[in-house]
Amino acid sequence: MNPLKIVGVALITSLASTAAMADLVFPSLSYRTGAYGANGIPFADGYADYFTLVNERDGGIGGIPAKVIECETGYNTQKGVECYESTKGENPLVYQPLSTGITYQLIPKVTADGIPMHTMGYGRTSAKNGTVFSNVFNYPANYWDGASHAINHILSENGGDIKGKNVALVYHNSAYGKEPIRTLNELSAKHGFKLAEVPVDHPGQEQKSQWLQIRRTRPDYVLMWGWGVMNQVAIQEAVNIGYPMENFIGIWWSGSENDVIPAGAKANGYKALTFHAVGSDFPVFDDIQKHVVDAGKAAGAGDQVGTVLYNRGMYAAMLAVEAAKTAQGIHGTADINAAQMRDGMEALVMDAAKMESLGMAGFGPEFTVDCKNHGGPGLGAMQQWDAGAGEWKLISDFEPSDMEIIQPLIDEDSNAFAEESKIELQECA
Amino acid sequence: MSPDVLYTIEVILNGLMAGVMYSLVALGFVLIFKASGIFNYAQGVMALFAAMTLVGIQNGQVPFSHLINAIFGTHIHHFGWQLPAIVAILLTVVVMIIFAILVERLVLKHLVNQEPIILFMATIGLAYFMEGFGDLMWGSEIKTLDVGLPQGASLALEEYTLKWAAEGSEYYGMYLDKLDMVAALVALALVITLSLFSQYTKTGRALRAVADDHQAALSVGISLRKIWVITWCIAGVVAMVAGVMWGSKSGVQFSLSLIALKALPVLILGGFTSIPGAIIGGLIIGVGEKLFEYSIGPLIGGATENWFAYVLALFFLVFRPQGLFGDKIIERV
Repeated sequence: MNPLKIVGVALITSLASTAAMADLVFPSLSYRTGAYGANGIPFADGYADYFTLVNERDGGIGGIPAKVIECETGYNTQKGVECYESTKGENPLVYQPLSTGITYQLIPKVTADGIPMHTMGYGRTSAKNGTVFSNVFNYPANYWDGASHAINHILSENGGDIKGKNVALVYHNSAYGKEPIRTLNELSAKHGFKLAEVPVDHPGQEQKSQWLQIRRTRPDYVLMWGWGVMNQVAIQEAVNIGYPMENFIGIWWSGSENDVIPAGAKANGYKALTFHAVGSDFPVFDDIQKHVVDAGKAAGAGDQVGTVLYNRGMYAAMLAVEAAKTAQGIHGTADINAAQMRDGMEALVMDAAKMESLGMAGFGPEFTVDCKNHGGPGLGAMQQWDAGAGEWKLISDFEPSDMEIIQPLIDEDSNAFAEESKIELQECA
Repeated sequence: MSPDVLYTIEVILNGLMAGVMYSLVALGFVLIFKASGIFNYAQGVMALFAAMTLVGIQNGQVPFSHLINAIFGTHIHHFGWQLPAIVAILLTVVVMIIFAILVERLVLKHLVNQEPIILFMATIGLAYFMEGFGDLMWGSEIKTLDVGLPQGASLALEEYTLKWAAEGSEYYGMYLDKLDMVAALVALALVITLSLFSQYTKTGRALRAVADDHQAALSVGISLRKIWVITWCIAGVVAMVAGVMWGSKSGVQFSLSLIALKALPVLILGGFTSIPGAIIGGLIIGVGEKLFEYSIGPLIGGATENWFAYVLALFFLVFRPQGLFGDKIIERV
């Protein structure tokens, strides 16, 4: 053969093999700067570190390295959309915007572009309806599940009867903070408790009026849907007015170490919801320490490992990796694309055996995803702050939400969206 | 007295206290604007930087430790000491003085005689630089600030006022946060000190001369650069005080820099050039927004404080564009 031809064939083969072995791309729309940076950093670190672990320990996903492309959103919706536009050309497999505002903007975009989006514990709750939101997933739990978990906890503390009880919702005055109101109103009608809404404007540095109101009205329980500095100030103000901490329950975005430590010992007993375990007493953390932190490959300083938000980022990454593995299994190829990743997410099974094999036995609830249900069963647990030990403790099992209330709301909201946006419903077997 | 009346009094008192906290931030703006005509966009970030420095020094944190560790592969984070609050405060003052000198040398010196908008733009740049520099130096995690200030309800006041309510009524005593009371005392001390300084010291008189007329002050031998350094030093100390008070409530974190937003309506109302204006403006804004939230807020969905402060300030602006205590605007043709 002509030497030139040999070189040409070799070059083409090499390029083809390079293309075939391209990394599996996982964009991370993170925020390490701005008012919410202190929370965004551990999440982004956990997300990145898990992919590094998979690359270093397992040689990638199905033999192909995972590549995390980080783009700074500053928790700003406009920047988040810009990040999406600037990274979607890299053949991303799944987006995780970590912002309800960005999520709402990206829903039509990812649907049109055929890229899946995972909004774990945030975003548009009715995206759980997979027939309408074909490319959006919000397993293992959503805000409406969270509202129900909080009320279920209060019910369990009161022998199942909370008729006449007063519950105040202190919430971030934004789309995110307002998400649980509808569900809480329905639950209020069902269980007979009175709901008082107490909005707090961004960023929430000053909340004197809100907590004077709570001091005057003395609600039996206070729920909080906060984020960033709003959480720290609210917990401090609750301490200041002497509100019983064990009756103060935050959503999972109001339950990190960042939120309770500034208030000191008096924050002891504060509760928050969660959809994953706390602490670092799982074998996976030994692997992260060995293959990522000690190897000098951690995304951050390595001092956040085991904190609530680091764990959440890591959990999100783990679910993405498992969905990618599922997709590889379904389609018989390691080099999957976004559409195949979507199929993997829709067929994801997280059972006890799989969690154990990952060194994360009991770290999260067992659940399955299917074509109709993109949100899983909505299991959640309660954690409580132990100020003396300086750590969160899980005080309940992962328990279900009240689907009798939530499912009709999801159907109503998602169907309205489908009608308004003229969406063709996905056919499920 | 009926509980409603007592609650209204409580809201007014807490509004006054919140107003003092706003004034602490506004004071820094006024000092720099008065002496140099610069609207210092970086004042909020200065408060954040000062508070971060204070916590870092107090806890023996190694500055730039993440950077050092990343470059040299070390694992150093702390010197291993815990300094008394007063020592940490004094060392932070030294840092803020160095910061003021650097700002003058590196930024302001090169912008003498430039339009105010240019100087304003320079402070925007300074704010963004300091945001990143502060994070690089001390890390961006939320830090607990503890300089021994009391916090929480004043139980003595609660108990004392409990009997003011009519018998049998549901009343829990009057609530005032001890930290807010301390802030009020500190603000009072600051205003008295600054007033005495500007009235009775040579440097203070020079500051006032520069504030009145740069050219005239220069012609009688007052060093503009020296005055700017002194002004930024004082503003830096005031920023530290504001940072300590606000940081004690929420921990020291990026959001501290946003407290500047609460100072803007105070400045519009009180005037950009008056120290008493910053205090009175703060008190009016504090009481106004709290009373509005208490009385009207529930009828319109609440969360009115942020926008109501600006509406109140704009209302005053219509009648007194220079603010309540600002210098009268005289245009000569």
